[in-house]
Amino acid sequence: MSLFDWFENRRKSGSLSWERQERDISDGLWSKCSACEILVYTKELRANQMVCQECGHHEQVYSDERILQLIDAKTWIPLDEELYPSDPLQFYDRKAYSDRLAETQKKTGLVDAVQTGLGQIEGLPVALGVMDFRFMGGSMGSVVGEKLTRLIERATSKQYPVIIVCTSGGARMQEGMLSLMQMAKISGALEYHRAAGLLYIPILTHPTTGGVTASFAMLGDIIIAEPKATIGFAGRRVIEQTLREKLPNDFQTAEDLLHHGFVDIIIPRTELKKNLAQLISLHQPVSTTHSMVQWEAMALSST
Amino acid sequence: MVTTERKPLLLDFEKPLVDLEFRIDKIRELAKENGVDIGEQICQLETQAMQLRQGIFSNLSPSQKLQIARHPRRPSTLDYIKAISDTWIELHGDRGGSDDPALVGGIAKLAGRPVVMLGHQKGRDTKDNVARNFGMAAPGGYRKAMRLMEHANRFGMPILTFIDTPGAWAGVQAEHQGQGEAIAYNLREMFRLDVPIICTVIGEGGSGGALGIGVGDRLLMFEHAVYTVATPEACAAILWKDVSKAPQAAIALKITAQDLKSLGILNQILLEPPSGAHCDPLEAAKILKQGLLQNLEELTQMTSQQRRQIRYQKFRQIGVWNV
Repeated sequence: MSLFDWFENRRKSGSLSWERQERDISDGLWSKCSACEILVYTKELRANQMVCQECGHHEQVYSDERILQLIDAKTWIPLDEELYPSDPLQFYDRKAYSDRLAETQKKTGLVDAVQTGLGQIEGLPVALGVMDFRFMGGSMGSVVGEKLTRLIERATSKQYPVIIVCTSGGARMQEGMLSLMQMAKISGALEYHRAAGLLYIPILTHPTTGGVTASFAMLGDIIIAEPKATIGFAGRRVIEQTLREKLPNDFQTAEDLLHHGFVDIIIPRTELKKNLAQLISLHQPVSTTHSMVQWEAMALSST
Repeated sequence: MVTTERKPLLLDFEKPLVDLEFRIDKIRELAKENGVDIGEQICQLETQAMQLRQGIFSNLSPSQKLQIARHPRRPSTLDYIKAISDTWIELHGDRGGSDDPALVGGIAKLAGRPVVMLGHQKGRDTKDNVARNFGMAAPGGYRKAMRLMEHANRFGMPILTFIDTPGAWAGVQAEHQGQGEAIAYNLREMFRLDVPIICTVIGEGGSGGALGIGVGDRLLMFEHAVYTVATPEACAAILWKDVSKAPQAAIALKITAQDLKSLGILNQILLEPPSGAHCDPLEAAKILKQGLLQNLEELTQMTSQQRRQIRYQKFRQIGVWNV
């Protein structure tokens, strides 16, 4: 019998209290799929890259997990870890920005909303940036902008491809126009990377919105998205209020974007690493000697 | 271009000034009717009025500036283009199925030299605004802009952009046509262009929608124009959970020309005629033309490689963090 049936029976027999179930989940032993609500052994969920084996729902994963999933063990070199955010506008809404930052840093163990570094994917060197939604909704401020720009510049000088895992609620309002300008700054760095003939692959994960969508998320040579990820520029609610009409259910999903031509491939997370490796190896610069030998071999074999 | 005698629509903070000016007019009328010489008193009152005007307009809050930036009589992109150009030919289309009325562009002769000018276009009245989509460009608008910028690049013409938008159009079709991609593409490509690029915020700089034609060698801004990462209303709703806190949000976000100069983002503030550009559009156009020509003069002295390097560094140095 499946775990689901076991719980069903226990519930019918009245011997399961909801409190105990909640406690088991909060202990971390079990996890509940946020889509189909099935209970899974957390260890198994993690082994499947936080993808529900029952329904295929992709739970949100965070930057540490992403790096483990994508980068070959013992090859990760983090970059620019010494950068941390400031409060240039001395922003105060219902709380001081500097307080919000301190609280979020304490809660998440992160310094800001992105981790960058160099590593290998199946032996191939890459420059990888991974955004983190836990940190103020993955919002982009000066530190995110600076770290990603440095990553891309480093990749350009080392002739590495760039991969950026995107997830963001948009520009960080508490840093005002400094945040908006990061969109242009990163795009500028990507122009020089591109001019050097190098490959850039953004991976759009749930949710990718706002200023990130209107800059580096949409500039990939090949744009990969995770299944059912919400990807868009304007917020759904804003569009609903502007147009005063109900939006289709699949609006701003990865699948909808694929259909309209803005995503190259949708790849399930469990297949992402091997697909990335394949794409990168297909775009490796070919040496002239190697290709000449190949052409000659082809010509000879046809006589 | 509105140069008629019709009095511009008044903003609430102009009221003390208006009352005083009304009194001056009344006194003048009475004096004329009764043949009394009140020259000295009038002079005193007019000086008072001028000082009051200067006082109000040199101490505007960000919300008040926002009102001026959004003023229905504020000169638009086309108003300025026509006022400063010797000749002007508007061009249309993105070559992809649309011609966005919210973003206009074309070729002009500025002080004898060919340039490409483009910018967001708001409407003159409600009907016009609806036709122009209130200056909110769709993906086709950004693609039209890019096409015209490529044209300028190919023919060695400097590019002058005019920013005046509440934001990029947020609609279903806009999303399906790739609003994000259209803006992103421009952000990247504008770094590649060889010709000089000058971007001027003439009214409202609405976030990504503004930045989509806002990557340039120089950024200029009119004194009372604003440039926002999010509208104060949206920011108040999200961070204060209270839309009525928009004036506080406007202050916190640092949206004025003076703020942007302090942040190292803005190159030059263009002064406005007393009471705002809408009160003397011809004078405002003169100031704009002067600013553009001055900056163009400097930029054309450089090689395209030098310009591209400086352009990259201009944006590269933006951001504040600790180590």
